[in-house]
Amino acid sequence: MEVLLVSLLNGLVYGMLLFMLASGLTLIFSMMGVLNFAHGSIYMLGAYFAYESTRFLGFWSALLIAPLLCGAIGAAIEIWGLRRVHHNGHIAELLFTFGLVFIIGRSVQMAWGMLPMPYRVPAGLDFPLFTLYGLQFPAYRGFMLLISAGMLAAIWLLLKRTRIGMVIQAALTHPGMTAALGHNVPLVFTIVFAGGCLLAGLAGVIGGNYQSTEPGMADAMGPIVFVVVVFGGLGSLAGCFLASIIMGMVVTFSVVIDTSIADLLHPLGIAVHNDDLLGEILTVPVARIGALLPLLMMVLILLFRPRGLLGTRDT
Amino acid sequence: MIRRAWIPWLVLLVLAIVLPWLFYDWAHHRHAGFVISMLSQMGMMIILALSYNMLLGQSGLFSLCHATFFGFGGYATIHFLNAAGAGELPVPMELMPLLAGLSGLGLAIVFGAMATRQRATAFAMITLGIGELVATAALMFHHFFGGEGGVTTNRMIDQSLFGLSYASGIQVYYLILAWAFIAALLMRLQTMTPLGRMANACRDNFERAQFMGYDPRAVRFLQFSLAGFFAGIGGGLYAITYEIVTFDSVAAPLSANALLMAYIGGNMAFAGPVLGAILITLLQSGVSLMSNSWLIYVGVLFIAMVTFAPTGLAGIIMLHGPIWRAGRLSRLALPYLRLVVPGLAAVAGFVGFVELLSFLTIGSEQGKRLELFGSTIDETSAMPWIVAIALLTLGVVWLRIESRYFARVWEAVTADMPEARA
Amino acid sequence: MTTTPAIRLADVRKSFGATEIIRGVNLDIATGERHAIIGPNGAGKTTLFNLISGRFPITAGAIELRGRRIDALPPQRINRLGLSRSFQITSIFPRLTVFENLRCALLWSRGYHYSFWHLLPRQRGLNDATEILLLDLNLAMRRHVPAGLLSYAEQRALEIGMTVAGGANVILLDEPTAGMSHSETEYAVALIRRVTEGKTLVMVEHDMRVVFDLADTITVLVYGNVIASGPPTEIRANRAVQEAYLGAIAA
Repeated sequence: MEVLLVSLLNGLVYGMLLFMLASGLTLIFSMMGVLNFAHGSIYMLGAYFAYESTRFLGFWSALLIAPLLCGAIGAAIEIWGLRRVHHNGHIAELLFTFGLVFIIGRSVQMAWGMLPMPYRVPAGLDFPLFTLYGLQFPAYRGFMLLISAGMLAAIWLLLKRTRIGMVIQAALTHPGMTAALGHNVPLVFTIVFAGGCLLAGLAGVIGGNYQSTEPGMADAMGPIVFVVVVFGGLGSLAGCFLASIIMGMVVTFSVVIDTSIADLLHPLGIAVHNDDLLGEILTVPVARIGALLPLLMMVLILLFRPRGLLGTRDT
Repeated sequence: MIRRAWIPWLVLLVLAIVLPWLFYDWAHHRHAGFVISMLSQMGMMIILALSYNMLLGQSGLFSLCHATFFGFGGYATIHFLNAAGAGELPVPMELMPLLAGLSGLGLAIVFGAMATRQRATAFAMITLGIGELVATAALMFHHFFGGEGGVTTNRMIDQSLFGLSYASGIQVYYLILAWAFIAALLMRLQTMTPLGRMANACRDNFERAQFMGYDPRAVRFLQFSLAGFFAGIGGGLYAITYEIVTFDSVAAPLSANALLMAYIGGNMAFAGPVLGAILITLLQSGVSLMSNSWLIYVGVLFIAMVTFAPTGLAGIIMLHGPIWRAGRLSRLALPYLRLVVPGLAAVAGFVGFVELLSFLTIGSEQGKRLELFGSTIDETSAMPWIVAIALLTLGVVWLRIESRYFARVWEAVTADMPEARA
Repeated sequence: MTTTPAIRLADVRKSFGATEIIRGVNLDIATGERHAIIGPNGAGKTTLFNLISGRFPITAGAIELRGRRIDALPPQRINRLGLSRSFQITSIFPRLTVFENLRCALLWSRGYHYSFWHLLPRQRGLNDATEILLLDLNLAMRRHVPAGLLSYAEQRALEIGMTVAGGANVILLDEPTAGMSHSETEYAVALIRRVTEGKTLVMVEHDMRVVFDLADTITVLVYGNVIASGPPTEIRANRAVQEAYLGAIAA
């Protein structure tokens, strides 16, 4: 029971972190049709910028500086890069962001080296918030939830209550028509791309000391964020939210499940040994393949329901 | 009767056969190991890049799991070789790559049935998932993949159609060359078949293809499977050469490599990936020895091509075809020269900047010093930085001016040639 | 007992979301007939084509091709049953040459299907048939040009050629003369008449001269409903049609 509740909480925290990353990517993908491969790299930059900012100006400055820097970088990428590549087609845009992954990844390695950075939870937030069944729930995780919830509210307000938000919503599902109505869609694109990168940067600020800040973090987070975006569906932030929480739970819960398919077959009288034909696969405990489950779910949903959970258009 | 179009290929083939002997060490009666190793690598990468382009350039399919079939062919071949060594598989070495290809084909059929249900971005995402899944599985499962350590074999199986032992690198190289030639020929012929042409058609306009009686999904599926076959052949040769296959052979970096080679070489011409494979292998062997920042240069080159030259090197070369045939190529000589100088300055400045940065941060940890033409450069002093940044800025500015002049000359030269307008 | 119509539309309806575009269309197109569908913009003419050719699924009703239900079939299956169409916005293979565009259009009907063992340059019959098509379309001089580089009228001619190449005997042409000059239109009409000899032709058109020139039967579609259908003289005189559409031209 303890395990269930603790995992539930942790899954929620991780899910909200995923949502922060995935929401920016969904907005970009739904509107511009570009799957930004470099999104995980921007997340990484956010974490590194936050680390540097914390070193000189304290953690609270990092919350402001790192996302803004990431947003600026996003704007630069869109204006001087993506816009030019746009007329070469979708695959060219995909390839462009793909190339960015190399450049950003290597630049980070060059600037900060290969070892993880000592980006720690700030002392002010480093205490147990409450104790559940003997396990402490760190205040920092509560803080993460706060930030992500706040961001969710901010996005909702922006989209539903402002004029630019209305245009963004329109362009989310009907980009062509929105342009035909006379809105400055290129400007909207730049804003959305920069905004998405800003969100990724923010995610990096709070995720960088939750996980570890090192050059491999882009590759670690990248695939699962794609999974969330695809799973949630195009054109739907609600779907993205749902998918983030589901994936967060899946990854968190799978780590604590020690059974394997073989264990399930045992009461049926079927014994599977490691040496049997598929024995290796069937005797693996779910915990070990936890990282694969989201990918598996993405492949399945693309096969049977390509528009995702709540998507409005086909991927 | 030799067609004119075949000549470059025949020249390449002769060169490939003869090259090892140009570097032969006559005094000690041995081949230059480095040269043979690099040429062998090129052969395998040519097969990988060509098979990848069956998807990217020919069919408009952006696959992110191509290494999966290359690696699977490799893993399978290790097991085949082990079985042959134990006397259980009477297949000659020369036909092992064929078995590898069939293994790749089998896996591609299984995964292809899933992936090709979708097209465009959804297809890319499914292949991303497949690639990650298989790479992770390769790390975890021991029976077939050998876990982290991989699987090994000994290629001295003593089964050969020509009585060769394949003990020496040069013999393995000629095996690779022979198979690279066969694979390239088959892939070239395939582009001239109904399936090959319809793959092009579906790439250009899948709806039109539907209204001509073709199911684009079936076309995608068949192309994907055939591409897996050829990739598997490459993997088999890899296994024979290195006698070990690890999860690197199915990992994302190798898939990315295939993409780079096909795209930079030029995905709209058959020879493009060959060009790309040769170039990238050369650069990788050469540049990575001299610099830590190889990946940055690749990334920048890649992005530059995506933005300014999406048809790749082969595309740029072919653009000059009509001009050459019209006898006006010489008119471009001086404009090109005027581009080259600022271009080199910009590149030198950029490389200098990157290298200085690299040595400032990583290099100092590793105790290396930046050497240029024999003299050591101090990365902590201001002078080298000023020079590098100045070269880069001046180079870029001057390049922009020159490129406008070049564009005007190009317009004038190609005024009556619609095909040369990019 | 009347013969089976080439195409039969039985109470066909199509909605996109909440909007009903096609509101119960009943139409029979006889074999060998030259049938034009006209109507104001937004009437649903192209949507009707898309429904018949299988590009979109219908919401209700039935569509039959020579007595066989086709409304649930994918486009390639419908095409293989003998129905072919052209598009309002020129739809060809821009990166393939004119010759290859036409050759591809011939492949399926000649049984090549998904073969990856036949070498196309060696297929005599296929290549000869392509040559004949090229000459017929007056595109022989442009055979090696990438189709994307052709002039607009040439591309339209190519598309018509590709549409009839496969030997389909029910041809749907969506605004074949759109954007053409007077002489180009005359040429296109002659081409259409020639290549659809003995076949069933269904045409969406805005150019009334072309319609009255080519068509045996005209159907008028307004807001997803058929308001009149019959020979040209009848349509000319029909009051409802005059009010809704033809205006002064009907005089």
